[in-house]
Amino acid sequence: MTVTEAPNVARAVETSDKVASHLHPTPSYDLADHPVPTGREEIWRFTPIKRLGGILEGEASDAHLTWETDLPEGVTLRQITAEEARALGESLPADRPSALAVANAGGAMLLDVPAELELDTPVVVRLRGSSADDLVWGHLVVRVGNHAKVAVVLEHAGSARYAASTSFLVGDGAQVSAVTIQDWDDDAVHLGRDAIRVGRDAAVRHSAISFGGLVRLNTEVVYDGPGGEAELLGLYFADAGQHLEHRLFVDHNAPRTRSNVDYKGALQGEDAHAVWVGDVLIRKVAEGIETYESNRNLVLTDGCRADSVPNLEIETGEIEGAGHASTTGRFDDQQLFYLQSRGIEEDEARRLVVHGFFADIIKKIGVPALEERLMATVEAELEKNVGARPGAGA
Amino acid sequence: MATLEIRDLHVSVDTENGPKEILKGVDLTIKDGETHAIMGPNGSGKSTLAYSIAGHPKYTVTSGSVTLDGVDVLAMSVDERARAGLFLAMQYPVEVPGVSVANFLRTAKTAIEGQAPKLRTWIKDVNAAMEKVAMDTTMAQRNVNEGFSGGEKKRHEIVQLELLNPKVAVLDETDSGLDIDALKIVSEGVNRFREQGDRGVLLITHYTRILRYIKPDFVHVFVDGKIAEQGGPELAEQLEAEGYDKYVRAAV
Ligand SMILES: Nc1ncnc2c1ncn2[C@@H]1O[C@H](COP(=O)(O)OP(=O)(O)O)[C@@H](O)[C@H]1O
Ligand SMILES: [Mg+2]
Repeated sequence: MTVTEAPNVARAVETSDKVASHLHPTPSYDLADHPVPTGREEIWRFTPIKRLGGILEGEASDAHLTWETDLPEGVTLRQITAEEARALGESLPADRPSALAVANAGGAMLLDVPAELELDTPVVVRLRGSSADDLVWGHLVVRVGNHAKVAVVLEHAGSARYAASTSFLVGDGAQVSAVTIQDWDDDAVHLGRDAIRVGRDAAVRHSAISFGGLVRLNTEVVYDGPGGEAELLGLYFADAGQHLEHRLFVDHNAPRTRSNVDYKGALQGEDAHAVWVGDVLIRKVAEGIETYESNRNLVLTDGCRADSVPNLEIETGEIEGAGHASTTGRFDDQQLFYLQSRGIEEDEARRLVVHGFFADIIKKIGVPALEERLMATVEAELEKNVGARPGAGA
Repeated sequence: MATLEIRDLHVSVDTENGPKEILKGVDLTIKDGETHAIMGPNGSGKSTLAYSIAGHPKYTVTSGSVTLDGVDVLAMSVDERARAGLFLAMQYPVEVPGVSVANFLRTAKTAIEGQAPKLRTWIKDVNAAMEKVAMDTTMAQRNVNEGFSGGEKKRHEIVQLELLNPKVAVLDETDSGLDIDALKIVSEGVNRFREQGDRGVLLITHYTRILRYIKPDFVHVFVDGKIAEQGGPELAEQLEAEGYDKYVRAAV
């Protein structure tokens, strides 16, 4: 088991005042600012560019995903122009897929949650693609008014070559739980970007859950005022030949803001590849902030690869705390032995341990309607490996 | 009736410099109703013996046999051994994050019995077993051994002994690290198990202290991977007075 823990700021990357973040490109709507990557760029070096189905070339297309939703009273969904989306204050695109999505989608969908609306049940939007032949550009804005309290679940399934920019504009004092589920068919490609603006004293929990398809998801957080809080959670399960990439960028641009990143993933099968990149930038003004990021991978078989890269860039020393942890562990034989020594069969013991590994993150996601389903999906993924001799031998 | 028979057992572990022999020919027979104490200095191979009986994959049996009522134990997987009636209380019980004690106990009981226990009586049984070892029953909702104190982990092993009720229990230094109250509680648990009359116990210990509460029928001195001397309870008293020095020197 390789364990690297860095619970302090000493190993942070040093940056100068002038560079906003050398790890992150300058956001822009202009496609010229986001040239077609070669694969050698820092932000593309883990991505299998050749397997992206030509999305990065940026051909026009008016194919769509089908949308299915039951909107609670007060919540609306309507089409707006790209200019209106811009005027609402969405974060500028930070990479080529999101810039292309905004340029080519021909307008955005606006999911609008009015101020002070409090909902007990989540707003679920089911997005479905019909074929990997379809190239789909997506542009979505989720606006949550001041002091509203809501959970929004975006579920992706079926197949498509899909690039999308999704903005979450979270008003002051609002409490938002946003969940994005990638449960695509194997041949789907999803280049997504979830850009979150956290209002003053607002609390946002964003959960990225990836099971199927080739997925590259950027989650970005920026604060619109002091006191905001972001909890960024992730759960993924990469199978043989599958690439799941989660990239995070938290821009602590306001004082007394907080962020906590917690991603957990399992990998099994030949050439299963998971990538996690967690960039946290603490700007000069961001005094009294607190941040922690953690990524834990559980490697179930031989032949898997987990890349896990935490980056802290710190421009002020006046912070409450900053740290990160990244572990990639083989399946724990001691746990397996203990359970088996109580009569529990190996498959069942393995299931219990993986179940246990994910249990806390599923609980943290905090959408009760999802809990059971996520566990069931984890177990279905695990089934694929039953029978195959696990690589984590004695 | 249950007899655990260990014959000329040789066991190695893999090291960077190739395999290293730890057990060098162990002979031991535990008949039903008998309690055998194995005493020996640190590093003599006591845990290796316990783990080898339970089937830990780290240890390779190079020769010899282990049978339970004549059936070859070494051919069985770890879980099959447990279902055949063997139980190992570990020196260092393992933490299993995200798996609750309640779920763990129910899954284990179901595996051992071949069917799920009746819910209502089972909850009562679990609570009773925990109360007997002075464990707060709310601990059933905690994750297995996670954040438990050393003493709580050992008491949790005894709860499992009580609920799973094996034919033969191997207790690996269950007494280590316990204060006198906890030691008494754990010993009472082992004695309840023995009082059934037909259960075998292999009590591995470094200290004689626990033998004041659990009276063994036989005592074996374990040094350098094998049994150096055996006798009755009086051997424990002699060890208490003289220590292991004499045997360790003889083995060098
Ligand atoms: N993986 C290993 N590599 C090398 N030596 C080992 C390994 N595991 C155990 N040993 C050695 O085996 C011996 C017996 O260990 P153990 O069975 O734990 O003894 P005890 O329980 O009596 O203290 C010790 O000398 C220990 O160092
Ligand atoms: Mg030991």
